[in-house]
Amino acid sequence: MDPVLIGRWQFGITTVYHFWMVPLTLGLGLLVAILQTMYHRTGNEMWLRATKFWGKLYLINFIMGVATGIVQEFQFGMAWSEYSRFVGDVFGAPLAMEALIAFFLESTFLGLWIFGWGRLNRKVHLGVLWAAVIGSWISAYFIIVANSWMQHPVGVEIIDGRPQMVDVGAVLMNNTAWAAYTHTLAGSVAVGGAFLLGIAWYHLWRRRVDGIDTIDEKTGKVIVGSAPEVPGRDEKDHTVWYKSLRIGAWAAVIAFVFVAITGDIQAKLMYEQQPMKMASAEGACHDGHEFSVLTIGNLASNQCDDVTPVIEIPGLLSFLANGDFDTEVPGVNTLIPEYQEKYGTTLPEGEMYGAYSGQEVDYQPLMIVTYWGFRLMIGFGVLGAAAAVYALIVTRKGTVPRSKFLSRLALWGIAAPFIANSAGWVFTEMGRQPFVVAPNPDPSGVDGVFLYTAAAISPSVSAAEMLFSLIALTLIYGVLMVFELKLIMVYSRGGVVSAMPEIDRANYKPTVDKSDDDVLSFAY
Amino acid sequence: MDLLPTIWFILIAVLWLGYLFLEGFDLGVGMLLKGFSRDEKERRVLLNTIGPVWDGNEVWLLTAGGATFAAFPMWYASLFSALYLPLTLALLALILRAVAIEYRGKGHTEAWRNGWTWCLAGGSALAAFCVGAMLALTTTGLPLNENGDNIGGAFAWVNIYAIIGGLGVVGFCLLHGLLFISLKTDGEVRFRARALAAKLAPVFLLPLVAWVIIVQFMHGGLIGWGLIVVAAVLAVVMWLQIRKDAEKSAFFAQALFLAVGVTAVFLAIYPKVLPSTVDDAFSLTVSNASSSGYTLTVMLIVAIVFVPIVLAYQIWSYSVFAKRLKTEHIPPAHQVPVAIRSHHQ
Repeated sequence: MDPVLIGRWQFGITTVYHFWMVPLTLGLGLLVAILQTMYHRTGNEMWLRATKFWGKLYLINFIMGVATGIVQEFQFGMAWSEYSRFVGDVFGAPLAMEALIAFFLESTFLGLWIFGWGRLNRKVHLGVLWAAVIGSWISAYFIIVANSWMQHPVGVEIIDGRPQMVDVGAVLMNNTAWAAYTHTLAGSVAVGGAFLLGIAWYHLWRRRVDGIDTIDEKTGKVIVGSAPEVPGRDEKDHTVWYKSLRIGAWAAVIAFVFVAITGDIQAKLMYEQQPMKMASAEGACHDGHEFSVLTIGNLASNQCDDVTPVIEIPGLLSFLANGDFDTEVPGVNTLIPEYQEKYGTTLPEGEMYGAYSGQEVDYQPLMIVTYWGFRLMIGFGVLGAAAAVYALIVTRKGTVPRSKFLSRLALWGIAAPFIANSAGWVFTEMGRQPFVVAPNPDPSGVDGVFLYTAAAISPSVSAAEMLFSLIALTLIYGVLMVFELKLIMVYSRGGVVSAMPEIDRANYKPTVDKSDDDVLSFAY
Repeated sequence: MDLLPTIWFILIAVLWLGYLFLEGFDLGVGMLLKGFSRDEKERRVLLNTIGPVWDGNEVWLLTAGGATFAAFPMWYASLFSALYLPLTLALLALILRAVAIEYRGKGHTEAWRNGWTWCLAGGSALAAFCVGAMLALTTTGLPLNENGDNIGGAFAWVNIYAIIGGLGVVGFCLLHGLLFISLKTDGEVRFRARALAAKLAPVFLLPLVAWVIIVQFMHGGLIGWGLIVVAAVLAVVMWLQIRKDAEKSAFFAQALFLAVGVTAVFLAIYPKVLPSTVDDAFSLTVSNASSSGYTLTVMLIVAIVFVPIVLAYQIWSYSVFAKRLKTEHIPPAHQVPVAIRSHHQ
């Protein structure tokens, strides 16, 4: 068993999993804060209902992000001690800043928000939610600063064989970090938007199928009804879902525009900073300027001469990389000799390389992953955005069509931006291999700062220990995913009443005991 | 010239102190959900005493970990990789416990609630034990080679010190949880917590005191012994106060006891941060394990600006939730309906 491989699987599984919760936390958090701000400004109870309903789902998801985030803080030292020693002087700083500046803010103020209903005054209660959301957005910044330093090491000098931070400003203002940060945030807002869109669509559809809302045959406009026997299904309920749907769809569309702009900036940086990643994203052997829409052959063999592009768009690759239509983007065959000349053909001999010591280096990332990761990211991103545009058009008369197929599609569509997010991260992380800290040929990177993944693992941790933690974490994560999805489905199906028992006036008994002035408005 | 690393050593000690003081009662309350509370209402009272604050408290652990990485990467790398198995267990425990707090009340079957109660109680106990074992081992030492790597195998951490330290933190958390409950609740739960604390305080603190004394014998000096005397006096004061039903002063004395005890431990091992049991020359110290002066300075500025801000808003959050909880304050559990017409006809 190879501890490096097991360690990589563990890092990949735990991080991709963590990043299913995080974009929803970032995106939905912003949208809930906007909904509560609307409530605060208008005093309309409809906004309160929306805040409480989406806020409940936000919390069900939030906790999973918190729980799986602890692993991230610990596993660098546990499984990747040589990495931690090598980069600690520069990489630990953003992690510590994240905890101190962002995590405290986020967790303390979210606790205040959850339990602060009816206890804090309304303005303060809105403020604590914004503080929590801003905290989560700041945390995303610091962790991406840390990650971007691995993609594009800046602000350091090599002293005694290790990079030492000499310019914290350069680390914090790393162009790679800002491009990745804005890209990630935009992607997260798309996740939040699709989430609102899908679940709100389901409720509008449910109201139509249940015969509550009908369509005026002459004008095509919706006639909103109510169903007193179903908790919460009054006229206002329609507005909650309709507004949620529109806000979600708009958020997804606007987010997509930012995703595209920031993604374009990232591609241009990647062309300068990590040309090999760009080449393998294309499955391109030779220099060229065509973007491959479909490449066939055996991508899995990782031999770029085994693959043949069948559909290509001339000039698009040059545009992605350099903003024109005729730049020759270097292919894998051009880059490998360059890398070999700069960084050697074999890994150094030494204990820290373990079984990899002296082995030949394969500078080409796994092409099947980079090629498809890149395309899944773009494909699902575009799909989600197109669906959101369609939703905006088709719902403009006040409700959704009575089609079961479309309502199912809206729910499944929630997955699209999640897949795009995961695929993008898998692409950018796998595309950096065989390096954990990627060397940058670009003058803006610091020369000679790089680390092979094979040298990053903890020498004292056996493959068996890694396998144990990999299996244990994967099993627990799997079980918890089932619980999270189940709760999200149960609370979604229940509609607003699931987060606001008090609007079900027939069945709601506000207090059991009047001996004290205040029963908690929320309790675990 | 070791001024900056020394300042950071003190800051790391402060972070661990903050963690033990704050999450100490969260973990204690979590454990007490099994065995101490008698019915569902009581369990919910206990859970809601920590409900608004537990997550903010846990960030002290993340900050201690992150700050160790930033300020002493060699310490972070050697300690965390040498304790691979116990930290894996701690992570599993912390994950289950965190999710349990949020999800427990969101299902309505007995099995659902009971399962999560076990996750909370067991997760809290296991997390407390593993953190205690880690703190003990970083003071008593691990078999490290010249690179700082553990050469004792996957179970090198299993020794008497780890067990004493683990039990020390478990015992401390249990007592701390009882004192916290007596301070934050009212009615029967409050009185029972107070009575149990008064009865068992010395038992709960025994392993922790043993760890502090062992570390003194291994590395300590005269000042350390002085501090231990002070800590012992404070523990006795705490015990006398809770026996007199003086909850606030007991909790205050407990806090001071912890502060003096932690100080004694960290002072004893200074300037080491992680001794090697193979060869003292391989021991990690504040100077050979620390980051560069530049990084330490940057992080010090960040800490000077943000630690007071964090303390201010955390104190504010405690003041918002200062009221004592009673079983009467707990709203009835809410069954989530299904908003579909055919279900209601």
